[in-house]
Amino acid sequence: MLATAVIVFREVMEAALIVSLVMAATTGLAGRNFWVAMGLAGGVIGAGAVALFADTISHLASGMGQEVFNAAIMFLAVAMLAWHCVWMSRHGRELAHAAGSVSRDVRAGRRPLRALAVVVGVAVLREGSEVVLFLYGIAIGGESQAGQMAIGFLIGLLGGAALGAAMYFGLLQIPARRLFAVTNALIMLLAAAMASQGVAYLVSADMLPAWGHSIWDTSALLSDRSIFGRMLHSLIGYTARPEGIQIAAYLATLGSIYALERWASRRPDVMARPT
Amino acid sequence: MRTTALALATGLLSLAVIAVPAIRAHADDPALTLELKDHKFQPANPTIPANTKVKLTVKNLDATPAEFESEDFDVEKVVPGNSEITVNVGPLEAGTYEFYDEYHEDESTANLVVQ
Repeated sequence: MLATAVIVFREVMEAALIVSLVMAATTGLAGRNFWVAMGLAGGVIGAGAVALFADTISHLASGMGQEVFNAAIMFLAVAMLAWHCVWMSRHGRELAHAAGSVSRDVRAGRRPLRALAVVVGVAVLREGSEVVLFLYGIAIGGESQAGQMAIGFLIGLLGGAALGAAMYFGLLQIPARRLFAVTNALIMLLAAAMASQGVAYLVSADMLPAWGHSIWDTSALLSDRSIFGRMLHSLIGYTARPEGIQIAAYLATLGSIYALERWASRRPDVMARPT
Repeated sequence: MRTTALALATGLLSLAVIAVPAIRAHADDPALTLELKDHKFQPANPTIPANTKVKLTVKNLDATPAEFESEDFDVEKVVPGNSEITVNVGPLEAGTYEFYDEYHEDESTANLVVQ
């Protein structure tokens, strides 16, 4: 029971932290809950599909299908997060200040919400597929303690969700005028984290050079497989033994988003254009 | 805005396309095969050479899926039931590196000896 709870908790927690951050970053946007729910539902369905086709995916790309697939969904999420940051750099201030006078487009907020629904879906799909495979193993393994396992699953699920909720309500304590500045910074770090994890998958698949293994080693200080290490890994990309190319991807992502934000805020017309 | 996102997506996609032909066979890399049966790895204490990249194949002979994982050499990969996967390990310094099937950590934990 405990082992099940721990595994489910770890995976749910990683997805829940990302979902919480996305929710905090979209506070006040109309239809937010709908799009988050769409992302969650899509992620759960996707997780089932990935688990179902795990064997097929595994054999793609000369046996490196899992790595390529994971990298692809990571980069998709990075693009969506970057898009959100750029959009918010234009409209975040309006949202934070005059709730009454923001343009309809901002209030409707459909575009960044659709992008972030994809991020929610990707987070749930990645972690969820591991939970599904694990539970499938239990189901076909004929474990005698199925009831115990079910309780473990529930404890893990609720625990992970509770941690996400705690982060969400914690972020909401930030005064409204500063909330978007904070969530924007956190979203940028999340994008950089996912980019660095994405390139790491491609290095494992021999598709990118590592540019040096273990540039530093802080695994004695904080293992990235411990609970706190995993939290930092998911949210800001903490890696105890990073490859050189991971650091490069991390910094390049931060730099690119920052540059895009600057570019967007200098060209307000482009941003205000109707869809 | 749509243009920006499209440009981003195109950029990332083209990166992926450029990267794909870079797959190399690495036929000259040493190889090691591990078998997973009843949630236990065989051989129990596999050995690989130090400072060399090794092509590690994990064959899951059980019907249940496994997740081949090592904190010590940074690998995490799903091994479906009755299937096999390949991962690149190292180059590693000499030492002992722990690995396990995350879904059955207690039963499966074993050590990879690098010398």
